[in-house]
Amino acid sequence: MAIFELKEAREAPADTKGPIHWAKEKLFSSIGNTILTLLGFYLVYMTLPPLLDWMIFDATWSGTKAEITKDGARWIFIIEKFDQFMYGFYPESEHWRLLSVLGLFPISIVLFKYVLTNSKAKLALLIAFPVVSFILISGGFFGLMHVETHNWGGLMLTIVVASVGIIASFPIGIMLALGRQSKMPLIRTLCIGFIEFIRGVPLITLLFMASVVLPMFFHEGIEFDKLLRALIGITLFQSAYIAEVIRGGLQAIPRGQYEAADALGLTYWQAMFLIILPQALKISIPNIVGSFISLFKDTTLILIIGLFDILAMVTLTNSDTQWLGFEVEGYVFVTIIYWAICFSMSQYSKSIERRFNTENK
Amino acid sequence: MSEVEYMIKMQGVNKWYGDFHVLKDVNLNIKKGEKLVICGPSGSGKSTTIRCMNHLEHFQEGNIHINGTDLIDDVKIVRHIRSQIGMVFQHFNLFPHLSILENLILAPTWVYKKPRKEAIATAMHYLERVQIADQAHKYPNQLSGGQQQRVAIARCLCKNPEIMLFDEPTSALDPEMVSEVLDVMVGLADEGITMVCVTHEMGFAKKVADRVIFMDGGQIVEENEPHEFFDNPQSPRLKHFLEQILDH
Repeated sequence: MAIFELKEAREAPADTKGPIHWAKEKLFSSIGNTILTLLGFYLVYMTLPPLLDWMIFDATWSGTKAEITKDGARWIFIIEKFDQFMYGFYPESEHWRLLSVLGLFPISIVLFKYVLTNSKAKLALLIAFPVVSFILISGGFFGLMHVETHNWGGLMLTIVVASVGIIASFPIGIMLALGRQSKMPLIRTLCIGFIEFIRGVPLITLLFMASVVLPMFFHEGIEFDKLLRALIGITLFQSAYIAEVIRGGLQAIPRGQYEAADALGLTYWQAMFLIILPQALKISIPNIVGSFISLFKDTTLILIIGLFDILAMVTLTNSDTQWLGFEVEGYVFVTIIYWAICFSMSQYSKSIERRFNTENK
Repeated sequence: MSEVEYMIKMQGVNKWYGDFHVLKDVNLNIKKGEKLVICGPSGSGKSTTIRCMNHLEHFQEGNIHINGTDLIDDVKIVRHIRSQIGMVFQHFNLFPHLSILENLILAPTWVYKKPRKEAIATAMHYLERVQIADQAHKYPNQLSGGQQQRVAIARCLCKNPEIMLFDEPTSALDPEMVSEVLDVMVGLADEGITMVCVTHEMGFAKKVADRVIFMDGGQIVEENEPHEFFDNPQSPRLKHFLEQILDH
């Protein structure tokens, strides 16, 4: 017989932790690895300082165009044209309306998440926010001046197109995904046909079709808003992709879940909305957000049917004879904005995933 | 109707998966309150038989009557029949995104349109009965297999079913958890609910069953009261089967 004493925990040996050990293990573990590490440092050394010089240290941040002396980025161009990048040709006196929508957004989120507890009130907010936003942006009601869509532009247009595309395509995508799995041959065939057609065609083509073909279905003389046409094209495009992403999620749900829902006596729609979709959507979040991020970037294509989003603003602002040759600053600025928004979206998706994971374990 | 009140009547039920004939002329009458155990080798059609009873499986020929209703391929009829039947699956099939309590009140609130408070009270009652009331707010993945299966049974009981179907309820469990599930099932049997169990648990069958049925190759091969069934099997196939499951 043997009895063993309880041992106290000790600290790990000094040479198996700390930054030096980390560097040894991760950066210089072998000759090949060391060469790659050094090469990497060299590349950073060659590119980063000049980039920082251009963007920050040698950049011109204030003053007028005539006063530019440094050879870095001339950010005064962006500052000068900032309103156009943000709002396009939206009348300056009405910019407050766009800013109110921007302000209402976080307020609504706080209301939705922390203040409202009643699900009916939440639903009302969910409907009210887009309606109020539309009234504010488009005007024509309550004494607000009507701003025609061809005056919309810049980042504001990008966000309008992307959010409408995202919000409208989501429910359509869900219906298409369910339809594709339907036992009714007609519905299934229609959904498969639609999805495969849309996925087999580039977005540009869809936009052209929406802009040229759609009006043919309406009586001549009826003005059919150009932006609306683009929105329809983008929504159809996006919903086909969302449908496929959600289908992937649906297929990952074990058959037992469908059977248990059936055996309990739930109807098809109850089973889908209470049991299957919550699980399928959760699995699909990373891909859904990924698809939304691509859509956000794809919105730039609307410029080919004559809508001026933020990217188109670079070209447009550079055609001002006062400000020729400022493309580089423009593109870098737009790049930073796109990156910031897309990166936030992907971070947000990561945080949702984490939250769901902890809830279920 | 005949003099005896049958809860489940299967007459000449035939089913094919493509060209494969899974159920061959299955005739089975189960009285109200009867406890029936079905056993047989895998692929013998025993699960398919009970899955036909609540229309999880579609059958091509024959009739099934559940509590007087002819089971036909009609959404409303199927739902009416399912509302009287609780089914316990081999792999529990709890809904992992809902808490235990939410799993239990789902059918009462959505199918039977009961007020939430009442549904919760009923759910807590049955959770206490299967002795896991303290886990009500956990999620299924946080429970052991045995606990999950007990939750699954409680979930069925919340429907106040006429019939309980068990599809190999203990086959996916670790050995030490089998008895806690069987105990709950024995308790149910004492209450006079009609039970149809696909299981190989001999002890359970001897203790609880009114009748045991042996299926092989898609048909009912032998049927007897439990002690005769196990101690004095008649057909060679059943003898062979019993030898196999007892010989270790």
